[in-house]
Amino acid sequence: MRNVAVVGFAQRQMKEFDGSPTMVELLVPLFAELYEQTGFTRKDIGFWCSGSSDYLAGRSFSFVSAVDAIGALPPVNESHVEMDAAWALYEAWLKIQTGEIDTALVYGFGKSSAGTLRRTLALQLDPYTMTPLWPDTVSLAGLQARLGLEAGLWDEKAMAEVALRSLSDAERNEYAVRSGGSSIDDLLARPLYADPLRKHDCAPVTDGAAAIILAADDRASDASETPAWITGFAHNIDPLHLGARDLTRAPSAAAAGSAAGVEGVEVAELHAPFSHQELILREELGLGANVKINPSGGALTSNPMFSAGLIRIGEAAAAISRGDAGRTLGHATAGPLLQQNLVCVMEGAH
Amino acid sequence: MTTSETRTLSAPVHVGFDYTRSVGPVLGEFFSGLRDGRLVAGRLADGSVVLPPPEFDPTTHAQVTDFVDVGPAGTVQSWTWVPEPVPGQPFDHPFAFALILLDGATAPFLHALDVPRDQLEVGMRVGVRWAAERTGSITDIEAFVPEDAASAPLALAEGTVDPVTGIITPVNLDYVYAASPEESAFFRALEEGRIIGQRCPTCHKVYTPPRGACPVDGVPTTDEVELAHTGTVTTFCIVNVPFLGQKITPPYVSAYVLLDGADIAFLHLILGVDAAEVRMGMRVRAVWRPEEEWGTTVENISHFEPTGEPDAEFDTYKQHL
Repeated sequence: MRNVAVVGFAQRQMKEFDGSPTMVELLVPLFAELYEQTGFTRKDIGFWCSGSSDYLAGRSFSFVSAVDAIGALPPVNESHVEMDAAWALYEAWLKIQTGEIDTALVYGFGKSSAGTLRRTLALQLDPYTMTPLWPDTVSLAGLQARLGLEAGLWDEKAMAEVALRSLSDAERNEYAVRSGGSSIDDLLARPLYADPLRKHDCAPVTDGAAAIILAADDRASDASETPAWITGFAHNIDPLHLGARDLTRAPSAAAAGSAAGVEGVEVAELHAPFSHQELILREELGLGANVKINPSGGALTSNPMFSAGLIRIGEAAAAISRGDAGRTLGHATAGPLLQQNLVCVMEGAH
Repeated sequence: MTTSETRTLSAPVHVGFDYTRSVGPVLGEFFSGLRDGRLVAGRLADGSVVLPPPEFDPTTHAQVTDFVDVGPAGTVQSWTWVPEPVPGQPFDHPFAFALILLDGATAPFLHALDVPRDQLEVGMRVGVRWAAERTGSITDIEAFVPEDAASAPLALAEGTVDPVTGIITPVNLDYVYAASPEESAFFRALEEGRIIGQRCPTCHKVYTPPRGACPVDGVPTTDEVELAHTGTVTTFCIVNVPFLGQKITPPYVSAYVLLDGADIAFLHLILGVDAAEVRMGMRVRAVWRPEEEWGTTVENISHFEPTGEPDAEFDTYKQHL
């Protein structure tokens, strides 16, 4: 295995992006920031990989327009996944492992506010037996939350604790679109929205983009004084059929965590768009009380579709680069109710 | 389009498509069952009974072939309130989605619950309220209702026996589509009867419409350039085929016009000349609609027509093909 590290990370998150769904005008400054961080130019990048969805943009081939931000002449080595860019990062990491390239720039973008996000996401469900009912994301999460409440796996207070910690931590995150801690009592006094969920149990609709540069071996050491070396990287998937699995569990998260090796992690950035989903993930990944969860505020305070997972990995890498931790974890989820999960474990000094 | 306090122009966009899908042997059993007023589940290798039946057994990976009727009543395992229904959902007033464990099934089934909020509880017994007309789709179940309010399905019309082999699922999505700041500047200029481009600071090429980045250098284009309303046809096609939404009677010409001062051609129409006479290198000028009809749209230019000048030399536009 080659040693591969995250050597650059840039992000933008906002309530509503005043611009085109291709987000070229947002990606250009992000890339510029990465070149600044690493000393690379676009000619140093061996592979480009993005994550986005035309369903979000409401237009076809939106990712092709986004390639303008690269400057793709002469032609570049480029790929795209219709998933969170964390999966694009996996593809890039794999490509570096083949020895074909030494560096990659991975980016994700999405303008969730262009449509009705919770409705649009019903299109990722079974098109025969589910999509015609348009079960929206929030409703599905509500069903999952109540299953856990009824089974005594968590209670309202545990969900509120997740929201409170996230909102408090988000005060220190300039990109958070929602922040401000209060108290458990205050949160529980707020009205139910999608009973059993309150609005603060659900991620806010967020527009944004993010980008990461990966580099191997000496290229990584040249680009960064504090590379975050990837020591484990895995992703797994559970069945789409919601009747085929226990919805209070996420076996694919446990499998990915076990393959990536989560023991000894000090900070975990978990991609949990609903408060109870963080509780499920902590359990599945076996993260003890000593692990710091989502110091960035996490997806409950800012959840740009198609980059929120990549941002978790970027934040976990940044914790190493800042010297806050020696070993961290970034997690991404996709599909309905934690169906697909990816875990990336990183370390500092190598 | 609306011009607001924002830096961009935006307009509503509707995307709609009726998806026609074959259902295959397993879901065919399920949908034929619904059409007949029955709930058909699949029995899996481990003994579990799942509704709708999965096409393949998650353990053995074999196609599911063992079908069993479940219900028609069941128990609510979980419910959630939908305070703000979105278009296409079973009801346009607040309602509940639920996971329902039908009698005889081992896994819950997702559908709507038409029960007042204050009567919803986990463990309540519910049954099917069938749609007045059943076609073999998931919406043949209108909703689940308290068991005592459920009713037997109405008999099918005489002679409805063929298995269901396909479904049609309309998908309609609404967006507010924003133009980028650069595109917005282009459309705002059109409203003033001007055609603008922007120059790449690195390669000095002029793009129209301007874009967020030079696709060659990946840097934002900057200096605004006012372009002439005359240009050269680089390449073209004669449209002979009628299609949905066509506004002009064929044959007519769709062409790439390289405006004088621009480095990229843009697509428009060539009218006012016999289609057979249009050629590469032909010099053309923009014909604008009456000013009172102008908006923030490229339709302000009705079409391009020949200027009568001699044709441009091939060398002057060959790199733009």
